[in-house]
Amino acid sequence: MAGTIKRDYSLVGESTRRAIETGLASAEWYHTDVPRRTMKELMQRSDSPAIRDTAIWLGAILVSAAGGVYFWGTWWCVPFFFAYGVLYASASDSRWHECGHGTAFRTRWMNDVVYQIASFMLMRNPVTWRWSHARHHTDTIIVGRDAEIAVMRPPDLLRTALAFTGILDFRYSLPALARQAFGKLTPDEKSYVPEMEQHKAVIAARWHVAIYIATIALAVFMQSWIPLVLVGGPRLYGTWHMVLTGLLQHIGLADNVVDHRLNSRTVYMNPISRFIYWNMNYHVEHHMFPMVPYHALPRLHELIKHDLPEPNPSMWHAYREVWPVLLRQLKYEDYFLKRALPPTARPYRGEFHEVNMSAAAE
Amino acid sequence: MADWVEACAVDDVDEEDVIRFDHGGRSFAIYRSPDDEFFATDGFCTHEKAHLADGLVMDDIIECPKHNGRFNYKTGQAKGAPVCVNLQTYPVKVEAGKVMIQIA
Repeated sequence: MAGTIKRDYSLVGESTRRAIETGLASAEWYHTDVPRRTMKELMQRSDSPAIRDTAIWLGAILVSAAGGVYFWGTWWCVPFFFAYGVLYASASDSRWHECGHGTAFRTRWMNDVVYQIASFMLMRNPVTWRWSHARHHTDTIIVGRDAEIAVMRPPDLLRTALAFTGILDFRYSLPALARQAFGKLTPDEKSYVPEMEQHKAVIAARWHVAIYIATIALAVFMQSWIPLVLVGGPRLYGTWHMVLTGLLQHIGLADNVVDHRLNSRTVYMNPISRFIYWNMNYHVEHHMFPMVPYHALPRLHELIKHDLPEPNPSMWHAYREVWPVLLRQLKYEDYFLKRALPPTARPYRGEFHEVNMSAAAE
Repeated sequence: MADWVEACAVDDVDEEDVIRFDHGGRSFAIYRSPDDEFFATDGFCTHEKAHLADGLVMDDIIECPKHNGRFNYKTGQAKGAPVCVNLQTYPVKVEAGKVMIQIA
């Protein structure tokens, strides 16, 4: 029976071996049928939506930074830095994500430039994270294979709560960049970054570290905290929105299944969060069809929702739904939230799913 | 001696699109470029086993549907991570409304 074996989240351990052995690794995943011509239309790339959104994003960053610096030393700087932090450290996550897929802009270099900027803002090595995300799409929430499982089982609720402050990420990301700058990749990183790409990860880390050293030097020279509040610091005070939205992507749902309808979550969100998050709230749709740009995801959702679980109507609803599941997982880590498929939906790969479903919350 | 094999009719492939063609236990992707030329490559992405016929053709680029890896389908050149290995291409000719590819 599933769950009698403890999960091993390393990417070179027992769960990895088992995932490869059972065929869970690099498996064929379920896709809702969409006619080719319709899908081709949905996949079409355009520069204009992302140029507009990027101009708004960068413009808002500049305005909020200018306001924060102008009002530095008074309470008036707080709302400016509140906005700046979210734009810097949360909105950058969705830009990193979409440009990493190469779907935000039609023009490749535009994707690459925004990807590099956003990676820096997030303290993410642009090379290792590109590959870890490719793995996340190949083996979504497959234990021992997916490098981006945000909440492992049993859930560490303190760690998850602290994630909203960015403290743990900060503590992990900076030392990771420093380690990579010295040419050291972990066995997990080596498991998903091909050998021919590993030197690029080292070079990228050195650039990031050099910019942080220059920022610290500037702060010392100016005898001011402002450079650090503007560069790097937002990772501490502006991450909360990224975590608020991003946690909902997979938390509490099934692991070790090959159907994104069962391990990913679509949540309806307010327009501001959707702008910050670039429509990644349509997460089942994104995983099923990663070629579809963020601006076409609402159309894709309308097209295939008959085959997907009912979306959560709000973030509040989704968190209320998942909270008791997390509490139950503290004692019984196999427990999870089973997404109910509509009666018209096609089932998929029963050999993987029926065993897992025995521990599900209906 | 390599054989010319009929892959499809010209009209089977939309302009700036790709279709799948299976032959002899192998799978190929047949492309029609925006300037109405035909090309052929191996069907599966060199990164992971995803069929390129489900991907997106943009100008002379085919983008893999799984991880968005990009190739130049005219030359087979991989255009960067996550694809690092070039695609095999095949000679193509059009005869009497049929697209023929030369398979080694």
